[in-house]
Amino acid sequence: MYSVKEFDGGTPLRVSEQLVTLEIDGAPVTVPAGSSVMRAAAEAGVRVPKLCATDTLEAFGSCRLCLVEIEGRRGYPASCTTPVEPGMKVRTQSGKLAQLRRGSMELYISDHPLDCLTCPANGNCELQEMAGAVGLREVRYGTQGKNHLALAKDESNPYFTFDPSKCIACSRCVRACEEVQGTFALTLDGRGFDTQIAAGAGNFLESECVSCGACVQACPTATLMEKSITDKGQPDHTVVTTCAYCGVGCSFRAEMKGSEVVRMVPNKDGQANHGHSCIKGRFAWGYASHPDRITKPMIRASIDDPWREVSWDEAIQYAASEIRRIQAKYGRGSVGAITSSRCSNEETYLVQKLVRAGFGNNNVDTCARVCHSPTGYGLKTTLGESAGTQNFDSVDHADVVVVIGANPTDAHPVFASRMKRRLREGAKLIVFDPRAIDLARTAHVEATHLLQLRPGTNVALINSFTHTIVTEGLHKEDYIRARCEHDAYDKWKAFICDPRNSPEAMEEATGVPAAKVRAAARIYASAPNAAIYYGLGVTEHSQGTTMVIAIANLAMVTGNIGRPGVGVNPLRGQNNVQGSCDMGSFPHEFPGYRHVSDPAVRALFSTHWGVPLEPEPGLRIPNMFDAAVDGSFRALYVQGEDIAQSDPNTEHVTRALRSMECIIVQDLFINETAKFAHVFFPGSSFLEKDGTFTNAERRISRVRKVMPPLAGLADWEVTVALSNALGYPMHYDHPSRIMDEIAKLTPTFTGVTYDKIDRLGSIQWPCNDKAPEGTPVMHVDEFVRGKGRFVLTEYMPTDERTSRKYPLLLTTGRILSQYNVGAQTRRTQNVVWHSEDRLDLHPHDAENRGIVDGDWVAVRSRAGETVLRARLTERMQPGVVYTTFHHPESGANVVTTENSDWATNCPEYKVTAVQLVKVAGPSEWQRQFGDFTAQQADLLPKST
Amino acid sequence: MTARIYVPRDSAAVSVGADEVAEAVAQVARQRRLELQIVRNGSRGMFWLEPLVEVATPAGRVAYGPVTAGDVPGLFDAGFVEGAAHPLRLGPTEDIPYLKNQERLTFARVGITDPLSLADYEQHGGWRGLRAAIAMQDRDIVEQVTASGLRGRGGAAFPAGIKWRTVLGAAADQKYVVCNADEGDSGTFSDRMIMEGDPFVLIEGMAIAAIAVGATLGYIYVRSEYPDAEHTLRAAIAAARQAGFLGPSVLGSGKAFELDVRRGAGAYICGEETAMLDSLEGKRGMVRPKPPLPAIAGLFGKPTVINNVITLASVPIILDRGARFYADYGMGRSRGTLPFQLAGNIKHGGLVEKAFGITLRELIHDFGGGTATGRPVRTAQVGGPLGQYLPVAKFDTPLDYEAFAAAGGMVGHGGVVVFDDTVDMAQMARYAMEFCAIESCGKCTPCRIGSVRGVEVIDKLRHGERRAQNLVLLRDLCDTMTNASLCAMGGLTPGPVISALDHFPEDFGLPPVSPPAASKASR
Repeated sequence: MYSVKEFDGGTPLRVSEQLVTLEIDGAPVTVPAGSSVMRAAAEAGVRVPKLCATDTLEAFGSCRLCLVEIEGRRGYPASCTTPVEPGMKVRTQSGKLAQLRRGSMELYISDHPLDCLTCPANGNCELQEMAGAVGLREVRYGTQGKNHLALAKDESNPYFTFDPSKCIACSRCVRACEEVQGTFALTLDGRGFDTQIAAGAGNFLESECVSCGACVQACPTATLMEKSITDKGQPDHTVVTTCAYCGVGCSFRAEMKGSEVVRMVPNKDGQANHGHSCIKGRFAWGYASHPDRITKPMIRASIDDPWREVSWDEAIQYAASEIRRIQAKYGRGSVGAITSSRCSNEETYLVQKLVRAGFGNNNVDTCARVCHSPTGYGLKTTLGESAGTQNFDSVDHADVVVVIGANPTDAHPVFASRMKRRLREGAKLIVFDPRAIDLARTAHVEATHLLQLRPGTNVALINSFTHTIVTEGLHKEDYIRARCEHDAYDKWKAFICDPRNSPEAMEEATGVPAAKVRAAARIYASAPNAAIYYGLGVTEHSQGTTMVIAIANLAMVTGNIGRPGVGVNPLRGQNNVQGSCDMGSFPHEFPGYRHVSDPAVRALFSTHWGVPLEPEPGLRIPNMFDAAVDGSFRALYVQGEDIAQSDPNTEHVTRALRSMECIIVQDLFINETAKFAHVFFPGSSFLEKDGTFTNAERRISRVRKVMPPLAGLADWEVTVALSNALGYPMHYDHPSRIMDEIAKLTPTFTGVTYDKIDRLGSIQWPCNDKAPEGTPVMHVDEFVRGKGRFVLTEYMPTDERTSRKYPLLLTTGRILSQYNVGAQTRRTQNVVWHSEDRLDLHPHDAENRGIVDGDWVAVRSRAGETVLRARLTERMQPGVVYTTFHHPESGANVVTTENSDWATNCPEYKVTAVQLVKVAGPSEWQRQFGDFTAQQADLLPKST
Repeated sequence: MTARIYVPRDSAAVSVGADEVAEAVAQVARQRRLELQIVRNGSRGMFWLEPLVEVATPAGRVAYGPVTAGDVPGLFDAGFVEGAAHPLRLGPTEDIPYLKNQERLTFARVGITDPLSLADYEQHGGWRGLRAAIAMQDRDIVEQVTASGLRGRGGAAFPAGIKWRTVLGAAADQKYVVCNADEGDSGTFSDRMIMEGDPFVLIEGMAIAAIAVGATLGYIYVRSEYPDAEHTLRAAIAAARQAGFLGPSVLGSGKAFELDVRRGAGAYICGEETAMLDSLEGKRGMVRPKPPLPAIAGLFGKPTVINNVITLASVPIILDRGARFYADYGMGRSRGTLPFQLAGNIKHGGLVEKAFGITLRELIHDFGGGTATGRPVRTAQVGGPLGQYLPVAKFDTPLDYEAFAAAGGMVGHGGVVVFDDTVDMAQMARYAMEFCAIESCGKCTPCRIGSVRGVEVIDKLRHGERRAQNLVLLRDLCDTMTNASLCAMGGLTPGPVISALDHFPEDFGLPPVSPPAASKASR
């Protein structure tokens, strides 16, 4: 069921410039052409009874409660399926209509259990509500008739139940699965009275269902019901907030009972998600109250000592004294911090401010270093702004969608559903990926071209793609001449047209047949609107930045920037990657991507913050590790990032961590990094604080506190306290004050206030005098940098090459049910779907090595070795293997190397040469990891 | 001259041994070294005479029937090849009153020609309508069909020309012509007889429709229980395409029309036009709400002409002979002819094509010869399983859409199922609800649950349980189903129920209507 008291217009809102005026119950109503009579009535405040209709789905016309009388028409048309016409006179109430509605309702209730008082939907059940609305007073058919009351409940899904005895066969669930989610997991089985909802062949858990929750939300009865509601009852109030998982940034209504969450429901008014959700945001929030949460600050002198629970004061004073001691001994530059893409803009802003103003250096970096740093660099260089060009709604206008190195159905599921809807409407899809991702062939969607390239050859492929367009004259010379730098373009054009960049020349490197590249390129270039969406398969390479630039070149040369339906769209991995980058988390940039060496910018911040600021960029994360091993970097404050699990070459990272004297970890859980820490600040989840997140479309949305922080302080309050203890005073009584400061200092944020976000729902930056309500689509009349700049993108093969010893290429990624290092999702029932990371390989590679499905296999690279269980799949191409990195004991990053992007040091996670050997048990690293984990667990206070 | 023997291939004839008869004829001819040509023609539609064997004589075709394989040597002995006398000899086929008294326009060739012979078809007036259409403007074709007064023969009787005009006026990159051949009404078989007996007339009608509205693709959705019709259609389509009547340029007109056959999904509801579209699209057959009309957004969302087999098969003669010729038949707003199908408890079951205006009494008694059991007729259900049961008192109503509706009946697809005086009308009412319960697609509540409750309430009535209350409940339920159902399936199911209740209350344990049993039976 929907969240309590949400408006439901019955059928979807139509957009049309043509307006139609009709009369409903004597009152005139004007609505867009194409609207249903039901919608028109709802807009006029007239509620026509309904059960099968809801405004997130197309009308179906099955419940027959919404019948109306229309002057001059025979019979009783259903208002949900009848479009409005000018001058129509509609009556929604009459004696006959009342009789017919009661007649249908009586039939419904003749096959429904009469257990309303003990039903979990009691208080929010549309069937109950409609029985009341139509005035049903008796059911004359008796209780002995045929019915479905004895059907068994399906409780297989960990988050919701399916009780067919309560089903009214309205098909809202089936339609939600098709129209909203696009998975087509549900169907109607049987016909007539035997019509039943069926999830594939078996139960919900074993079906194709992805647990997005759309069906549960759409169900008007208790047939599909969240187990949390069954356990806890209906909520007493709701708070609108923003999901803390991926970069889609879905708006949710947290349904509360006091300070306890009973349900998370996607917000129909949410501008990023329009009422849709995925398994993570919808259901996997239980981690926030998991018993593993650390709720008391802790300190210890050495990582071999037991942890000691202390007061906040003591922990903060201890941390501050250690930082000051280390700075005194090793110099001002011996300390630094890492901001988190999972924390709010305000928290991230404070950490970088603490480093620059409090620590007095620029040693601040963020986890975006290891994901989208090349995006910032590449897009800034070419287009002038370090961000995606569109809003998500833009995809509704795309005729061709190119997905490069992204797996949206797993990593950005809510946007993927939106994209799939557009693809089902007929937009064409081109995929660049070493793997056959789900999107390439899924229900009613199939890529026109799946360019299954060899890992590490992105630039070779896109150069040959663009070469085809320019040499075949399919580019938009007028657009380029009007909007781009001519000299740079001419130079680039000569480069890209060189035969060495032709599909034929590149075929050997990429493994993609030249004819296929040419065919795909022609489709992209000839579409009225073509949009590119990309992910970490673009950035996490030695040529990550080159590839981002090449994407921008491609979009510019075909005129695909500056209007809805086109653009260059990075799909951000975490909830606030965009925001953490915007907030000045990089060592070389202040908030708003302004270089620290710029005296004017430095003067602005220096004046405002009241301290002199360092003109030299600080250390990036990999530099911090190297400096730690060297001995020059001694203390690190890590807010919400688990570098020990997520960064490449684990052995090097742990060596660096062991070398430091003071590691301060601020997190919800004892993560892998915390095992090496000396100070632990218990973190606050997104439910426990106010703030804002900025999603992949530059959309700033509010995070609202629904419960007090479990540890007493929100993360931003801890940073403030630490700064004060360090002698650099910070005073904010609410995160809105922090945003006010950000707005004052950042030109792209000058119009942003909490009040305005509350009023508009969310704001896409830039938001300033030129765009007071934000900017859905960027670079409309001109590029942010003025003229677009083409940059040469010579293909350079990575140093990470296969050899006789390491003949296969490993690439890594994530899966729908788990989220990054898994700290949150592993502490939910999502483990039902993914309890371990597996190694995917092609059956040929398996056969050569005598590996069968389920075997333990050692994955050996130049950096290290780990052991995973094999899964044979033709999704892989021969020669390429794949794994996820959600479980720390998998050690995926023990194997990955320190190779990185030439411009930003973003690690080359996506290409590691490996060999596979069938083995009997875990690797040496895994044994050590197990021992260390057990040892660290013993050092935790026993009471927790 | 080689003698020519006709043995029908129609599945009604085959079901009573026509294949064995044909085999026997061939075998005896071989044994006696006689040169014979055996033509497997369509059925003449006189089912009580099947297998009806005909021989071509200089004086015309002479019929023998019903013939069994065992009769064949005797027929040869008697000289039936020359049309000689024999106890089974029926005389010149055309003189059999059942045939002679019909007005065969749509069925003009059925039973006469070899259904798969293009030459035969052409010789008997085939393709003249299509040739005429090709020479016309598209809107003029549509106007001819409109002026002929042709209405949908599937049951709904919507004017075909108006439907075509809507499709013609809809702009789209693709349009379709779909033939609804999911003939599911009990007691009906005219669609099948056309498909098996004269498939080219359907192909020609569809090609004309396609040219008229600008469609380039067509489908015939054939009931899965009609394998012979499907095979015949496929063979006919292949032959027509080979000869240029279908394909990228129909008869060199430059207009493309490709046609294919789709086997139905085996559900009655798939004969409902929108459920049929879903089924054609590969989905579960469920009724779609209208609007949008299929003429605007039909198959795969494109403008689509959907007509029944008989409607489309009636088009060639309209284009050939002119709208006026066709419209001269019939009465009121029901123009042309309708192939009625006599079934149930009837002596002379079969197909009777007559102009609108004939009465039930004429059909059942003059053509049908009364009941097969010889007992008095008590009622007939007209228009399929959703049609009303009519008492004998109404048998003089002319079969005209409007007049029949005014008398509380429904012409529908022209099926007439006859019952004698032993019928239990409460059981028939129950059967109507049960049929709906079995065949409902399950989409709308009145049909999905209502039909099941209908069976239960009638059972209670039959058992005398709370009769007064259940009678009110049954009528309330029928009102809900009639007025609130999504499609005609649920909406018309109360027809047989209420007509049984109104005309034969005594079968429900209620007092009979007056005047009493006197008019209970006729003749």
